[in-house]
This record gives sequence, C-alpha cells and structure tokens, in this order.
Amino acid sequence: MSKMHLKMTVNGAEVETLAEPRELLIHVLRERLNLTGPHIGCDTSHCGACTVDMNGKSVKACTVVAAQANGASITTIEGLGTPDALHVLQRMFREHHGLQCGFCTPGMITRAWRLLQENPNPTEEEVRFGMSGNLCRCTGYQNIVKSILAAAAEMNAVKEAAE
Amino acid sequence: MIPGHFEYHRPTDVASALGILATHGDEARALAGGHSLIPMMKLRMAAVGHLVDLQAIPELRGIEVGPGRIRIGAMVTQADIIAHAGLTAAAPILAETALMIADPQVRNMGTIGGNVANGDPGNDMPALMQCLDASFELRGPEGARTVKARAFYESAYVTARSDDELLTAVSFAPTGGGYAYEKQKRKVGDYATAAAAVILTRAGATCASASIAMTNLADTPVWAEAAGAALVGTPVDAAAIKAAVAAMRAAISPTGDNRGPVAFKHHVAGAVLGHAIARAWSRA
Repeated sequence: MSKMHLKMTVNGAEVETLAEPRELLIHVLRERLNLTGPHIGCDTSHCGACTVDMNGKSVKACTVVAAQANGASITTIEGLGTPDALHVLQRMFREHHGLQCGFCTPGMITRAWRLLQENPNPTEEEVRFGMSGNLCRCTGYQNIVKSILAAAAEMNAVKEAAE
Repeated sequence: MIPGHFEYHRPTDVASALGILATHGDEARALAGGHSLIPMMKLRMAAVGHLVDLQAIPELRGIEVGPGRIRIGAMVTQADIIAHAGLTAAAPILAETALMIADPQVRNMGTIGGNVANGDPGNDMPALMQCLDASFELRGPEGARTVKARAFYESAYVTARSDDELLTAVSFAPTGGGYAYEKQKRKVGDYATAAAAVILTRAGATCASASIAMTNLADTPVWAEAAGAALVGTPVDAAAIKAAVAAMRAAISPTGDNRGPVAFKHHVAGAVLGHAIARAWSRA
C-alpha cells in the first residue's frame, strides 16, 4: 500500500514524513518522529496515556489515523518543557509526587496543560472531571490532582505578577 | 492494533463526499470523529476500503439557534455542544447529555452526527433525539430528505439511512419547561447500563406534556410514548412516576450482558427514569 506525505506542525516545528494513512497518530509520533513521550497504554481510547494536543484540543492519539492528522498542529509532552527547563506542571508533579511508575504522566501532563488553558482556575472537582479521560493505576489520583491545582496556583500568581 | 489498508479521502463539500460514496459503494465509509469506527477498524471488525473523512466540510459544522428551530451540523462535536451558550440556553438537555458521554478527549472528537447515525444502541444522543422529536437531514444521490428520529432506528446499527447517503444535520424545537438526562454507567467512558431522557412542561400544579426516551435497553433507542402520557394531567407524584416507570418497562427489551442480567436492567431503568422525572419536574 502506498504511503502518503504527511505534513504537520509538531511542537512548533514544521515536519514532513511518509506514513501509511492507516497508521495511528501515536505510531507516527513515536516511531517516525521519535517522540516517545506520549505512550501507548490500553490502545483502546480509554487510558489517555497517548494524549496529545491536536489543533488546540486534547485527543487520544491511538484513535486518530495518520491521514486525519495531515495538516494538523500537534503538541506533545516534549513541546511543554525540557529537562533543564521543566514546565510548571512537570515541576509540580515532581514536587507533589504526582506520579509513581510514571507511565501515565506524559498523557496526564499534556491533558492538564490544555485543561488549565480552558479553565485557568479550576476547583478540585473540575480537575477530576477534566482529567477523567486519563487513568493512573498507581497513585489513586490524589497527588495528581494536588499537582495540577498547585500548578494552576503558580501559573495564576505569575500571571498576576506580570499584570 | 492497526486498521487494515484503506484509501483515504478528504472531500471539502458534501457533493464530493457523496460522489466518493457512490463510486465505491459499500467499500466506502464516512468518518466523522472516528471514535466508534476507528476502534472497530483496529479490531478488524470493520473492513473499510475507502475512508471518507468529513472533517474538511464546512457545511457540516455550525450550530444555528433560531426562535422556532435549532439545527446542529453533523460534524459538531460533543465538546462544541457543551461550550455553546446559546444552545444551552435554548435546549439545556443537549449539554447535560453530552457531558455524560465518554471523557473530555473523546468528546473533543466525537460528533453528534456520528453518534446518531451509527445506530449503536449504547449511544446517548439517539434517545435524546427521540425525546426531542428531532428530525435528521439526509443527503444522497437522489437529493435531500428528512427522517424523524423516532422513525430512523430499525435495529442495532441498521437505520433508515442508506449506504450512499450522509446524515448532514439534526434539528429540533427549543425546549421549555423541565428536562433531565439521567445515566447509570459503571465507570467514566462506559456505555449506559440504562439512561433516560425526560422533557416535560407544567401548567399550574400538573404536568401539561411529557416525552420520555431510553438508552441501551433494546436494540434501538426506545421512545416510551405511554410513559410520557402517564405523567400528563398528574401532579407528578409518586403514583404518577410509578405508572410512568411501569409503562416504560413495558416498552423496553433489554438483554443480559456484562452490565447485568435482564432483571437488573429493568431495575436500573426504573431507577434512572424515576430520578430523571423528579429532576425534570423540579426544573419545570
């Protein structure tokens, strides 16, 4: 079967790659673009480990075929921070022990990043509802919610200080 | 899991999409949000030779809230429905229902057109559309036609839409009075064990009109006409709710599965309908 020329904006950079239309977006990102931050967990659109941002919305990259993403703008965990300059969400997940094994964490943080843009000042309940598409089998969610609320508080404090 | 081979199409208007569907017949499938079809393709339970992605067709988007009619394009997502203040003001039961579908990521992709056209008895919007007495707009090679939601569903995954037609929009009248969509599910993202859509109006101390439809309790959505009628003229007290539940139970035909045996489905159906009626009445 012939491959198609995929053009996407990934983490702010224009990228081009060849892929079969039926490949899943998560495979294109991980195997063709070497962005192994987003993980493959359940592969059935339940767990959210593969969550990336597509055209400004959180999506599960295991349930998007490559061809659908042609022309799209994608942000992955690699686009949020670097080991030397962590995103505030990454810092707060570390500070508040928002992870144990870490497998769900890239999806958690990428989803939380979009959630805090949609709702910069969420209640605990809104965080839980907004994160309900991401499963964690270690933490019991308590510290994940705490990390996201702490990140929201710091982001809001920084915003206020700038105003 | 990776889908089988397909040829990908991304038409930019409905006419082109219909042309591709006509050319390839039952080899072709329309793709809306893909969150029902792609999992089926990954499991190789759906073999699609030509995938017709509707994402680039502007005429399938848009929510129009008119004084007498609300029209929602087929490619409007559940997230779009939840975010639309005008729609929520005119028919708040839409957002209440959409919020109970799957999770935020899935609602960003899943569309109203896909939800109602797929014919999956587990989907929530079909019963809501029957409750609202909505109409579905279909376009095919013979032109456009309209089918009532209450006449659209024939059996599981079998609807009045033919393979060469696209469902392009749904429309219904704004709702007044009380409303509720009540859904029992085992976990976030699950289909309903049972769910009930209720719309009713009040005249003084009694119920003036009521419409009730149920999700995932037969191989199609169930508009329980007699259940609605059982509320009309009553003060919606315990006896009236009991009568409505009994009428609803006579209209459903659930099957036992991993969500529970038949008797349990009947029990949960009664519970969700009782809650839905009480909440709708409190809002009327």
